[in-house]
Amino acid sequence: MAGLAATFGSGAMTNSINEMDEAELFFVIGSNTTEQHPLIGTRVINAVERGARLIVVDPRDIPLARYAHMHLRQNIGTDVAVLNGLMNIIIEEGLYDREYVETRTEGFDELKRIVSRYTPRVVEQISGIRADDLMLAAREYAGTGKAMLLYAMGITQHTTGTDNVKTCANLAMLTGHVGRPSTGVNPLRGQNNVQGACDMGGLPVVYTGYQKVGDEPVIQKFSDAWGVDDLDKAPGLTITTMMEAADRGELKALYVMGENPYLSDPDSKHIERALSNLDLLVVQDIFLSETAALADVVLPAACFAEKAGTYTNTERRVQLSCKAVDPPGSARADWEIIQDVCARAGYPMSYADPSEIMAEINRVTPSYAGITYPRLEMGYGLSWPCPNEEHPGTAYLHKDRFSKGLGTFLPCEFKPMAEPPDTEYDFILTTGRMYFQYHTGTMSRRVGILEREAPEPLVEINPEDARKLGIRDRDLVEITSRRGAVKIKAEVTARVPRKVVFSTFHFHEVPINLLTNPAHDPVSGIPEYKGCAVKIRRCA
Amino acid sequence: MAKTSTICPFCGCGCNFYLVTEQNKVVGVEPSPGNPVNKGMLCAKGWNSYDFINSPLRLTTPLVRKNGKLTESTWDEALDFTVRRLREIQSDSGSNSLGFLASAKVSNEENYLFMKMARAAFKTNNIDHCARL
Repeated sequence: MAGLAATFGSGAMTNSINEMDEAELFFVIGSNTTEQHPLIGTRVINAVERGARLIVVDPRDIPLARYAHMHLRQNIGTDVAVLNGLMNIIIEEGLYDREYVETRTEGFDELKRIVSRYTPRVVEQISGIRADDLMLAAREYAGTGKAMLLYAMGITQHTTGTDNVKTCANLAMLTGHVGRPSTGVNPLRGQNNVQGACDMGGLPVVYTGYQKVGDEPVIQKFSDAWGVDDLDKAPGLTITTMMEAADRGELKALYVMGENPYLSDPDSKHIERALSNLDLLVVQDIFLSETAALADVVLPAACFAEKAGTYTNTERRVQLSCKAVDPPGSARADWEIIQDVCARAGYPMSYADPSEIMAEINRVTPSYAGITYPRLEMGYGLSWPCPNEEHPGTAYLHKDRFSKGLGTFLPCEFKPMAEPPDTEYDFILTTGRMYFQYHTGTMSRRVGILEREAPEPLVEINPEDARKLGIRDRDLVEITSRRGAVKIKAEVTARVPRKVVFSTFHFHEVPINLLTNPAHDPVSGIPEYKGCAVKIRRCA
Repeated sequence: MAKTSTICPFCGCGCNFYLVTEQNKVVGVEPSPGNPVNKGMLCAKGWNSYDFINSPLRLTTPLVRKNGKLTESTWDEALDFTVRRLREIQSDSGSNSLGFLASAKVSNEENYLFMKMARAAFKTNNIDHCARL
């Protein structure tokens, strides 16, 4: 999100899901949309069937590519080069939106200078995308009035993730595709409330609504609202740096609510060592996750069906979810547990129900000020920013002006992945998710029908590579990186290009993050899940 | 039989559906036709999202590690232990020796309170969640 915040002043999906019905072109890069956001994937497919164009940029032959007019399969980790190449063509051919660039943006000269080096030939050498195809894609994206750019973790999970995001934003601004209906730069968020967790200040550098921890007026406001006078002004640690600090013995206690870092974080051995090194690990969850099994205290929580509360989806829409049943046994809602912990810690809270908590959020968060329970109970949610109770919410951002005033072009140079393949580790492992499972499987692996459809982990390998290595479909293979090794069955499929293997992190039986590289983006802290060097052999 | 409006717990689409309940037990899912996000449609995960709610593996009681083993405890015991240890570690090693991981799965209200707990009650900005993962 840091990349979008820097260019536009706001890090969220700029447009809304319903605007997809009117879009004339989709540019989808690093998003396996039909598998990861099925209902948004359906919108895209429906739009294509009524005549919209679709350009998919993805190394894998993802299901959405079947519907695409163009599928550009770039080499892993070359997104900046590809996007710079598109802008090079758009500027060279005079296809950019001059008026928009002049009136609404800054930094164009620098952008022009940097992308001038990314000619179609140069980009072909880096990315493997044919120069002719790149030119066709550039002309289509620039030449279409309502073009929506969608991306997901294929863009962010790189050591150059922030650069990738900035470069997407540069492309959209250059062509005037931001601040109008059915356009924009649209990061599809992976979890049902990942947008909300960010909006609520579950980040080391901001309070709610992205109010910075170091800003004096912000500190004053929260000190008054919370009745405290010693809030920390320095930014805290990210999840990745917390694990490093735990490993060094500097972070001594960790309180985890509804997360499973043991399976979800890169380099699992390092995570296990870090978590074991803590003096206190508290885990609050609905199941005994792999992380909870390591804890000193486990607090049983209610799941979504057993409590009321709001969730913010990928398009910034805050929606109310109601309580259907009681929690099992003595499990309790997370907000009730937190309240009890605070009371014992000498900081009493007295919210009778979640609506009272939201009333406080309304008071301290300008973008959520008008998103109140009475309004949510009457409709289908409200999209922030919603500054007061009369405001209808905001479907698309940056109309007439960017959140920060002028949009800033932040051009980036292409940088190779942190751990490229070499003669010993000669394959790239890229990881992701599949349709029938979800994240670390805490919920989806306990759903009978989903387990029936996707019961075991597989690694995708290209038929030509498989032939050379003597690997047949469903053979057991060993994959080794510099950090660990796993044994897993092979799926021989042309879905992956040559010299690339793909697997998921859903299955505790084969914790694929034993292999992944914790090298992360310097700004966002996101690890490079989308590429690390591995070697493969068939198990005898 | 009753129907309750809820939001799907899986991906970020935010599909709305009704949980169908009988005698305090969730027995099914019915998509909401009026909701502008999913317009009455759901994916395989959404249609089956109720199944894990009734799983016999759900945690139903607090656990505290004793002699190396997680052992059932009362809420009072688990919470007293948690807060006593957090405060001890804080006074020995400072507020920034504590870390808090919020959740992309729980509600806004709960993330807000968790964040408030970390910052107001325990005086640290060491709070993050798995948005990056």
